[in-house]
Amino acid sequence: MNKNKEQLLNKRYKAEQRFRLYGLSAIFMALLFLTIFIFKIFSTGYSAFQKTWLIVPVTFDAELMMLDQNPSKEDLQDADYYDIALKSMADLDPNANEDQENELKRMVSYFFEKEIKNELLNDPNLIGKTKEVYLTASDDLDQVFKGNYPRDLPEDQRRVSDYQLKIFDQLVANGKVESKFNISFFTNADSREAELAGIASSFMGSIFSILVCLMIAFPVAVLAAIYLEEFAPKNRFTDFIEVNINNLAAVPSIVFGLLGLGVLLAIFQLPRSTPLVGGITLSLMTLPTIIIAARASLKAVPPSIREAALAMGASRMQTTMHHTVPLSMPGTLSGTIIGLAQALGETAPLILIGMVAFVNTIPGSPMDPAASLPVQIYIWAESAERGFVEKVSACIMVLLGFLIIMNLFAQIIRHKFEKKWS
Amino acid sequence: MNLILFTFIVLLGFTSYYFGRKKAYTIQSTKKRLTALPQFYGYYLAIWCAIPAFIIFSLWAIFEPTIVKLLVLSDYSNQGYLDDELNLIYEKTKALSRGQFTGEITPFIEASAEKYLSLRSIAQSSKVVIVLSAIIASVAYAYKRISSNSRTREPVEKFLNAVLFTASLAAILTTVGIVFSLIFQTIDFFKVIPLFDFVFGTHWYPAKAFVRDSSEALDPTMYSDTFGAVPIFAGTFFIAFIAMCVAIPIGLMSGIYLAEYASTKVRQYAKPLIEILAGIPTVVYGFFAALTVGPFLKELGTSMGLEVSAESALAAGGVMGIMIIPFISSLSDDVITSVPQSLRDGSYAMGATKSETIKRVIFPAALPGIVGSILLGVSRAIGETMIVVMASGLAANLTFNPLESTSTITAQIVVILIGDQAFGDPKTQAAFALGMSLFLVTLCLNIVALRVVKKYREKYE
Repeated sequence: MNKNKEQLLNKRYKAEQRFRLYGLSAIFMALLFLTIFIFKIFSTGYSAFQKTWLIVPVTFDAELMMLDQNPSKEDLQDADYYDIALKSMADLDPNANEDQENELKRMVSYFFEKEIKNELLNDPNLIGKTKEVYLTASDDLDQVFKGNYPRDLPEDQRRVSDYQLKIFDQLVANGKVESKFNISFFTNADSREAELAGIASSFMGSIFSILVCLMIAFPVAVLAAIYLEEFAPKNRFTDFIEVNINNLAAVPSIVFGLLGLGVLLAIFQLPRSTPLVGGITLSLMTLPTIIIAARASLKAVPPSIREAALAMGASRMQTTMHHTVPLSMPGTLSGTIIGLAQALGETAPLILIGMVAFVNTIPGSPMDPAASLPVQIYIWAESAERGFVEKVSACIMVLLGFLIIMNLFAQIIRHKFEKKWS
Repeated sequence: MNLILFTFIVLLGFTSYYFGRKKAYTIQSTKKRLTALPQFYGYYLAIWCAIPAFIIFSLWAIFEPTIVKLLVLSDYSNQGYLDDELNLIYEKTKALSRGQFTGEITPFIEASAEKYLSLRSIAQSSKVVIVLSAIIASVAYAYKRISSNSRTREPVEKFLNAVLFTASLAAILTTVGIVFSLIFQTIDFFKVIPLFDFVFGTHWYPAKAFVRDSSEALDPTMYSDTFGAVPIFAGTFFIAFIAMCVAIPIGLMSGIYLAEYASTKVRQYAKPLIEILAGIPTVVYGFFAALTVGPFLKELGTSMGLEVSAESALAAGGVMGIMIIPFISSLSDDVITSVPQSLRDGSYAMGATKSETIKRVIFPAALPGIVGSILLGVSRAIGETMIVVMASGLAANLTFNPLESTSTITAQIVVILIGDQAFGDPKTQAAFALGMSLFLVTLCLNIVALRVVKKYREKYE
């Protein structure tokens, strides 16, 4: 009898331990996913911050450039750089036939002509002389140099030929290949060529959309929260508004995209693909988040503050505007920042209003067509070139960096400025 | 131009505030009692400045484009153009006047572009004149009216109250906007495609509707067997189901552990870390699923002799499940912590172990809240877009094999609407019909979930 009881007890204790273990492993798994995730992004993305350059000797031959003697600045601008650019690439292998010369040309980006031009514009004395110029390597060679390219594939399945690899290896052996910090990733707009593509246009697009979103959503949401929390009578209509807000907070984001498409673009005829429309769409999405946060922090202001102000003869409006609202601001602001961080990461609604278009200029105002960082991630992820994979990860790192900064900022505001009422 | 005018009006507002307050001070200096603080006199004048400006600006914004268009197109009215052609001419005119026109410039269009520009400038200058004179008149009137015993606080506060109330209508307006933007396209869609075919048809192939000569009239028979939404609905719920299979066990167990077992230290660090998963943008999850999880599952399947699509429902659903874990864990954690301590104490007093207490006492008590959190998770899974677009297939197969690819409502909306859309085309309308069904389904889920959670909260508060 006693033994039976003991067995039962042991069984129960074991069940207890098992249950505890399940819980622990659930948390462990969630954290494991997070770690794998971040590790994967960083390990594929960090190399995008480096860019591979080929150092190629260029002879600035005045005759080939169609330049007269003592050329002026304009002459230098209009000179023909294509021939010397081509020649300096072809000179990498003196025995190259025509096909091979073409392959040599494709070892650098199509931007190489301009890079050589800039070199001469910086130093016009170079005419007739030879100088080693840094040229952007093609994205495939960039990947080869970073060790991301499967060199052991059969030649017909690679975009890099054996010949190009041979020449490239010679250059590497001679120390003529260098990798430097990739500034153009931050200053260039999007491009079809992976080695030239940058995030400047989508970054500005994101900034503009978020600013538009902030300028619309913040005032409207704060005013609405003040009304609902401080002035609204308790009746069916205010209940209806409340239900509406709670539902809007859970409506899928793509539905807001349809709203932007069907109302903002089709009826109000606002310009397509612009951060203006994107920002308005995102502001409608963020509105409920900010209203809920602002109401919560208004509610947290103790009634004694209001009673004291009212007792001193302030009107209800004065009480609210002079005392309650300023006290609730830290909570409202941190809620706003969190809402904006959500909006910053949103993709689907922006795709629907056309911010997915290929934009190779940097937008100067919210009325110019632009992409945004998450949409840029989507665009690059969908393109087949190998060079874009690391770009996507790098773009994700930039985006996550921003989200982390915004969230930290929200935390700081909350902890530093929020009054604790006890 | 508008910006300069706007700044000027704002400056006028500030000046009228200043004058209003100044007048109040002068009244005060004659030893008369004021009925409100001096700044209310200022606010009062500023409002008298803002209201006419606002009214005139909005009237202009509504009527100016239509009137200008009517006047420009009146030149063409007797030449037998169709409405569409007139619209096209007007678009060309506008493009030419902005200097963005790239086609062949005919003298007709050039003439109307000039007319357009002159009408616009007339409209602009008359707007400036009217706004400024209206403001000056109304401010002057109000300035004359205020005296020591005039009420200024009440109107100012009433005005503020009205502004606050209008702001609170924004949420309703958004909902109305959503329904409005969806419903017309949806109705047009169901005029061409019978509702029955949409809800019960098993073949979804919208690309077929795309190959159509736009000059021909719509031929409904052409669309039969094209817009059957069953495979998409099935795919949506199937992927959501896979996601919940990942999210419910992990989310619920970690919620329980955090609420009942974890020390404050573990809780302090683990909870925010898990919540990071909810803050990662979904496009990032999509990239992860498409680049890492999909190929990994494919390789794993091949090594076991299974045929796995690189865009399998399993990859999309699994990653979506990871995304939903924090929603379920946080909400169920909250719900479990709010179960009164007395229930636990009672159970321990009867000799139950901790896990027995959780399973037999706390879990049943917290069940409504947990169900609510799961429903919110399901609604999120159904509405999730980017993961599916990037990691799952775009062709709608009717399948329940997690290793094959399926498509969802959200993915189809994106596929149809990416790029240029032609309104009035059944294909575009189909996307809005899908959006409508998505909105309705998530709305029902949300209402039920919120109600369940609210009922539960009331029970223990």
